[in-house]
Order: sequence, then C-alpha cells, then structure tokens
Amino acid sequence: MALVRQAARIAWKDLRVELRSKEIITTMMFFGALLVVIYSFVFPNHNDKVMRWSVPGMLWVSIAFAGTIALGRAFDRERENDTMRALLLSPVPRLAVFLGKAVAMAVLILAVAVIVTPLLALFLDAPLFDHGGELALIIVLGAVGMAIVGSIFAATLLKVRSRDVLLPVILYPLLVPLFVAGTETTSALLKVPVDLETAWYWIRFLGIYDAAFLVLSMWVFESLVIE
Amino acid sequence: MTPALDLVEIKKVAKRYGSERALAGVTLELRGGSMTALLGHNGAGKTTLLGVLSTLVRPSSGAIAYRAAGKDLSGDAVRRQIGMLAHASLCYGELSAIENLELFAGLYEIQVDIPALLDKVGLDKRARTREARTYSRGMVQRLALARALLTRPSLLLLDEPFTGLDRDGALALGQQLGEIKGQGTIVVVVTHDLEAIAGRADHVAILRRGSLVFEERGDAYSYEALKDVYHRHAN
Repeated sequence: MALVRQAARIAWKDLRVELRSKEIITTMMFFGALLVVIYSFVFPNHNDKVMRWSVPGMLWVSIAFAGTIALGRAFDRERENDTMRALLLSPVPRLAVFLGKAVAMAVLILAVAVIVTPLLALFLDAPLFDHGGELALIIVLGAVGMAIVGSIFAATLLKVRSRDVLLPVILYPLLVPLFVAGTETTSALLKVPVDLETAWYWIRFLGIYDAAFLVLSMWVFESLVIE
Repeated sequence: MTPALDLVEIKKVAKRYGSERALAGVTLELRGGSMTALLGHNGAGKTTLLGVLSTLVRPSSGAIAYRAAGKDLSGDAVRRQIGMLAHASLCYGELSAIENLELFAGLYEIQVDIPALLDKVGLDKRARTREARTYSRGMVQRLALARALLTRPSLLLLDEPFTGLDRDGALALGQQLGEIKGQGTIVVVVTHDLEAIAGRADHVAILRRGSLVFEERGDAYSYEALKDVYHRHAN
C-alpha cells in the first residue's frame, strides 16, 4: 500500500506541476493537432479505402511524436533543480519513483490521444468510434507501454548532454512492437467487416509487452539512476 | 521510528568516473554532535564524497558504515536520517515553499510544522505561497535549507550552504548549524566560507585530488586556525 501511496504522490506532483505550467500539455496538443491538420491536407478526398489504410498510422505517429516531447521535458524538469536527487534521497522505494513518473507520463500521453483521435475522426471522416471500447483499450495500453519504456530511458539519459537527440534514437526501436500492435489493432477495427479476432490478438500482445517491460523496468530502474 | 545515526565510518572509499579519479581511498570517521569542515580546492572530490555519503553515488571500492546505537543501518533507514543541501535547491520551481515542503513531508510520511520551520530558516512570510521559481537566490537557499532540515536529520550534508546568503544571513546560518550540531547531529559542511563556520567546526578534513591529505579534531576552530590549516594543506 505504501508503494502505491508514494507512487500516487509522485504522479500527482508531476501532474500538479504540469497543470501549473501547462508547458508540456500545450506543446503536445498543439503538435498533435497540427499533425492531424497536415494529414487532412495530404488526404483531402476522403477516399474511404485510403483512409482506412492510413488513419491507424496517423494516429500512432501522432501519439509517438507528441509522447516523445512529453517524455523528454518531464524528465528535464527533474534535472533543473536536481529534484530527481531529492526524490531518490527520500526513503521512498525507487520503484514508487519510477511508477509515479510513468503514471504521470501515461496520463499526459492519453490526454494527447483524447485530442488527436476525435480530430482524426472529424477531419478524415474515420469511423474510429464504431468500436470505441477496443480502441480506447489499445490506446491506454499503448500510452502505458510508451510511458514505461520512455520513463526508463528518459531517467537513464537525465545526465547525458545530448539526451534530446538520443532519447528518440534509443526509444523508437524498442517501441516498434508497441506501434505495430497499435496500428494493427486500429486497422483491424477500421476494416469492413471489422476484424475483432485480429484486434484482440494485438491487444493481448500489447498487454504482454507492457507487463514484460514493467517487470524489466522495475528490476533495472535503481541501477540506472544511481551514479 | 529509526534511531538517529551517531557514527558514520567511511572506509577506504574510492570513486572513479571512467579514467577520472574522483576519490582515492578516503577513510574518515564522522561522529554525532560534531561539525566536519570538508575543505579543498574545486575538483578535490568534496561533492563526490557528499554524494557517496548521501547514498546516491555508489563507491567504486570501499564502504560506508552508518551506525545508530551500535547497530548498522542501510537503505531506506539511512536515507530517512539524511538531510542534504546541495548546489541546486532540490525543490520544484512551480510549487510554493509550503507545497514543496508538504510534498517532501508526505514522501517521508512525517508530520511537520511547516510555518515554524520556515520561520526558523527566515523565509519571508509573503513569499511562502508564491511559486519558488520567483524567489531570489537567498530565498531559494533558505527553502533548500528548510527542505534539508525537514526530517530533523541526524546526518546533515551541506554543500556550499552559504552561497547566495548575505553576510548576516551566512553568519546566522553558521550559528544555526552550531545549534543543530549541539543536538547531536552529524554535520558535514563543504564550504569556502571559513568565517561562517569559524568557532563551530570541530573536525577538519582536507581533500586534494581525491585524497584525504589532512584530518584533525579540535574544540572549535577559529577563523585564523581554519585559514591556516587550509592554506597549509589544500595547496
């Protein structure tokens, strides 16, 4: 219980800091919305077949790019006044620090998805909400997975000078399975007729991916953040 | 409740960053109710040694024993006893002084009279509810000190605590540290402001290029005595 309580404290602290500065969320949402607008110019004819092929990729590319902005900045913030040291110095389990940061990150990534998904549905006339439950589930799993993997590497690169360049270079290859699962699920949900069997296969796959990286991250976090 | 630390034994602690040697087999004993002035030029290894003492820097070799009433403490139990004032404030600029201290009190799961603590470090009442990023350097330093003292630590590590404080503020802090030492706390101060710790430091350790080159215990070193020891051994 103490672990959950402390992780919740750290997550709430991150969200409170963000609610006050609105720095990350504004940038992410603006960037996500801008991507959707650009897509709508690239595919202006609302060709149904093209839309069903391309919208899944657009959705997950938007989440990936906007999420990376959030990851880098959220950990940069801990560097500014060396507050990560204050968190690690407190008698809080290191796991709670990791989980707290990851939860806050997942909330921010989900906030982007909440903006980008309806915008894509609106601008590209995509029936994304026909199977809203499955889509919401895969987006939540995607956001959680990205937050877990991203938090580990953003924390590791905290003291590296070229971390802004290195983070996506290291992160994206590891996130490829996550994006494949996300786009495959979304594609299956947009198919006519809908392919729920394939969608659920990839949802389960992403669930296992998240669980595997959660266990791995919990195992290595402490050794990565101590000098 | 974890018992207070009364002895910290640093045993042959060495730290390397790649081919760079930051500490070379430092052995030192820190006792409860004493103030150690950890002196040396820039790059001598003082901050690294504080990092190792704070448990956030892993030594390449050697070990540190944290003892409380004859028992060895480790992990969370040790961190609960450590208060640290570093170069940076270790506080969130987007939160006010009160919100910062509430956050850390929550993480330590302790009840603290925050207004009284802020009175003690002399942080202006009107500033307490303002975001910390609007503070002057001196106010940030006072907040950082309040954060370090929040848990009534039995091992207080201070890295250049007088930075950003005016002369009166520095001397007042020096006096406050003397009182904290009097309560049985192990105080370790890294500073170049010898005047502020004069008459209070009773243990001097000087590092040069990662090695301990001088160590001595006395009653309370005067400014002249500290200056003399520093100039003879730090160069």
